[in-house]
Amino acid sequence: MTAATDKEAPKLPETDFTETPWLDPQAAPFIQIKSLSKEFDDFTAVDSISLDIYQGELFTILGGSGCGKSTLLRMLAGFENPSAGQIIIDGVDISDLPAYDRPVNMMFQSYAVFPHMTVAQNIAYGLKKDRLPNAEINSRVQEMLELVQLQDLAARKPKQLSGGQCQRVALARALIKRPKVLLLDEPLAALDKKLREQTQFELINLQHKLGTTFIVVTHDQEEAMTLSSRVAVMDAGRFVQIGTPLEVYEFPLNRFVADFFGTINLFDATVTSSVQVDSCTHTIEAALDKTGTLVKADCSHQLNQGDIISIGVRPEKLSISQKKPRGKNLTITNGIVEDLAYYGNRSIYRVRSHSGRMIQVSAQNFQRTKELVLEWDDQVYLSWDSSCSVVLPE
Amino acid sequence: MSSHRGPSTFILSVLCFGFAFLYVPILVMMAYSFNDSALATVWGGFSTRWYSALLNNEQIINAALLSLKIAAVSATFATILGTLAGLALTRMRRFRGRFLFTGLIAAPLVMPEVITGLSLLLLFVSLQQLIGWPVSRGATTITIAHITFAMAYIAVIVQARLASMDESLEEAAMDLGGRPMQVTFDITLPLIAPSMISGWLLAFTLSLDDLVIASFTSGAGASTLPMVIFSKIKLGVTPDINALATIIIGTLSLGILIASWIILRSQRKTSAQRQSG
Amino acid sequence: MSQANHSIPLGDKLWRWLVISLPYWWLAIFFLAPFAIVFKISFADPVVAQPPFSNFFDFSPGAESWLLATLDNYRFITEDNLYWISYFKSLKIATISTVLCLLLGYPMAYGIAKCQPGTRNILLMLVILPFWTSFLLRVYAWIVMLGKTGAINSLLLKMGLITTPIEMLYTDGAVYLGIVYTYIPFMVLPLYSVLEKMDTNLQDAAADLGARRWQVFFNIILPLSMPGVIAGSMLVFIPALGEFVIPSLLGGIDSLMIGRTLYDEFFINRDWPLASAVATVLLFIIVVPIMLLQSSQKERS
Repeated sequence: MTAATDKEAPKLPETDFTETPWLDPQAAPFIQIKSLSKEFDDFTAVDSISLDIYQGELFTILGGSGCGKSTLLRMLAGFENPSAGQIIIDGVDISDLPAYDRPVNMMFQSYAVFPHMTVAQNIAYGLKKDRLPNAEINSRVQEMLELVQLQDLAARKPKQLSGGQCQRVALARALIKRPKVLLLDEPLAALDKKLREQTQFELINLQHKLGTTFIVVTHDQEEAMTLSSRVAVMDAGRFVQIGTPLEVYEFPLNRFVADFFGTINLFDATVTSSVQVDSCTHTIEAALDKTGTLVKADCSHQLNQGDIISIGVRPEKLSISQKKPRGKNLTITNGIVEDLAYYGNRSIYRVRSHSGRMIQVSAQNFQRTKELVLEWDDQVYLSWDSSCSVVLPE
Repeated sequence: MSSHRGPSTFILSVLCFGFAFLYVPILVMMAYSFNDSALATVWGGFSTRWYSALLNNEQIINAALLSLKIAAVSATFATILGTLAGLALTRMRRFRGRFLFTGLIAAPLVMPEVITGLSLLLLFVSLQQLIGWPVSRGATTITIAHITFAMAYIAVIVQARLASMDESLEEAAMDLGGRPMQVTFDITLPLIAPSMISGWLLAFTLSLDDLVIASFTSGAGASTLPMVIFSKIKLGVTPDINALATIIIGTLSLGILIASWIILRSQRKTSAQRQSG
Repeated sequence: MSQANHSIPLGDKLWRWLVISLPYWWLAIFFLAPFAIVFKISFADPVVAQPPFSNFFDFSPGAESWLLATLDNYRFITEDNLYWISYFKSLKIATISTVLCLLLGYPMAYGIAKCQPGTRNILLMLVILPFWTSFLLRVYAWIVMLGKTGAINSLLLKMGLITTPIEMLYTDGAVYLGIVYTYIPFMVLPLYSVLEKMDTNLQDAAADLGARRWQVFFNIILPLSMPGVIAGSMLVFIPALGEFVIPSLLGGIDSLMIGRTLYDEFFINRDWPLASAVATVLLFIIVVPIMLLQSSQKERS
């Protein structure tokens, strides 16, 4: 399941490729990773990974701890030597170049702002190492300070800065050498929640303005979803799925991705019938294990009767009601509200279905009421449209 | 472990006894250094004649100068070598003989001085036989010996500091185009400088204080201050050594107190800055 | 930093090589090689020559054997009582001194840890301060104190408590005193660092559950401070074992600690091969507590 290509996900109608260069058959990839591996003494951290990234992308590598994403990033930066494979940036093989000779800069998770240098000295460091004339260094530092809005703090030491300011120093310092690729290691993890949201947008705007290719590594799927042009989900040293956040969320390729990227209700089922609707849609019907409840689902490929599959439904795609809903393509089941959490804008219900399964539902609170619309132990019906069922191979 | 109850009477009395034990002998010795009488039993009145006698004692002055010279040179070289060793152990991940290297750093710390001294002397003798160097033993051989055992202490201090330092600082510098040597000088050394300074001071003190290793590795010509003191006090109390001890211990204590006061003040300053910034 | 990349410039490789090799070779030449030489000479014969030991190899024609090694020195160590007594006396003095240091150092460390933070730092400073001042002169201070005409005897005489001076200097007692006095900071510091970090809630919880004060100490505090006890004991025991200065300044002629015996063998008897054998044996004796220390540290981490 390496390097799952985009072909498998349905294409959205698109003619202009400037925002989606990976769909353009004419476009040449800017960064090419070719069967890259990293083996440590007793385990394989990165297992023969291949990936193309295009100019100007904000590409995110998402995975849990120990999945190999940090090793991959460190290989791109030049802190680890690949055991096998190649990294090509803008046509140049950089696999064997040491970190200080690569056209790549990195923003570290801890920000790694030099504590004994001022903000301006920190930002100037990279240019000083390139032995640029002082006048040019000064003007470029000034430019950078303005870009990240730190003009007033240029003479401060890092000790006197807040976490968000440190983050901007680290960003400015990494961008001043105009790298071909900027690597960001968990760029927002060290910030508190409010600041994180604000910084997220700043980062996207900055990337648009500069057009630099960004590669972000994160374990936070929300961060991945809001930041990226494309996401690669990584597990056990391999990519499990690569696609836009929308593709990965709505059309996960397997149970791991479906579960890791957002929340999903998963059911084991056996296919009972499969009907072709048009060239790329089949409507299937499957019986859930144990109860035999029939579930309708749309699928991009032909399935045979008796195939064992998983059916997934995202909590927000489910409707919850006390009246039995009607509809042509609906799957309907019923159960008892066992748990509910009220979030204001929405509520999360955990419903025990008549078969004993626990199903999670997220519902918008459309109405303004003095009491909860649904209470614990209420009898409810759950329903969803066949197009919302995700068919996953077992 | 500060507690609302505070120490009990038993603990307090042990503390008092302990500190009295540590300081009374030194203070008594200092008091005797101002005794006009050469006999400890008699108080002959206040006098500074042992101090002037000390200043006219050429042997002691020369030995003191030699000791200071050896201490300064050996502390400096030990700091350089010890820092390199600390860097090698924490920042150079893999190299051949790493296991042996780790052992070589730890061993001088626990080795009895008599063994270190003896083995170094035998090395110098064997070297002289083999290659004709060192021609004679003296300041140079003592300095080499002191560098060897002091660098282990410094390596341990520097290693501890490096281990607690965020390695991504150095990686960031390298990522920005700093070559390994530049990174060491731009980032690593400024950040571990306090540890290097305290390491240097420790090496200086160890060298100034060492008797056993110096006795083994010295030749006929060179006598360090501890060697002179030892030969004098082996025969019992000598009043001018009281004066010398008062000067040495007084100067060292004052230096340490001033140094720690400065460190404490700068710590307070930075913490105050952090609160305001 | 630091991988062996193919295209790393020569200068950067040289720097890496320098960082590792300089200290490595220094220690190999001036620390490791000397031990090999000590080991070698411990198998040689003493001769009246410069240097005073026989050659190890003899390639001259007519030599009985090209290798001239002898176990005589080791045989001599096992046969002559002097060495046995010295080793055992060293072990005895080091052990008893360590226990004495622990008995004095534990309550001190405990007391310091119980003080207010401000007082704590000052007291800690007072413990460390003597360590930075001259070791030799601090031992000498005890000669001033203990001598026949020293401070203690003159005071007692003046007070009329004694009529003739007490024999205190040049005894084993003086050696114990000197070792405890010199090494007490090494005991207090590790104990303090363990006790200072200890959570007071544990003690309060034990007291709350009905433990008496001494029960709290023996059931809670002491077991939790064992790492400090072990580290402190080793830091006192190991240097005390090879101690030379204290027994030769404060001890009597019969204070035969092994460090002193070795020194005398070397400088007074000029028997270098025998001194080397004594050193080799001492080295093996030292290795045992070090191994114990290391395994206890490994357990902790």
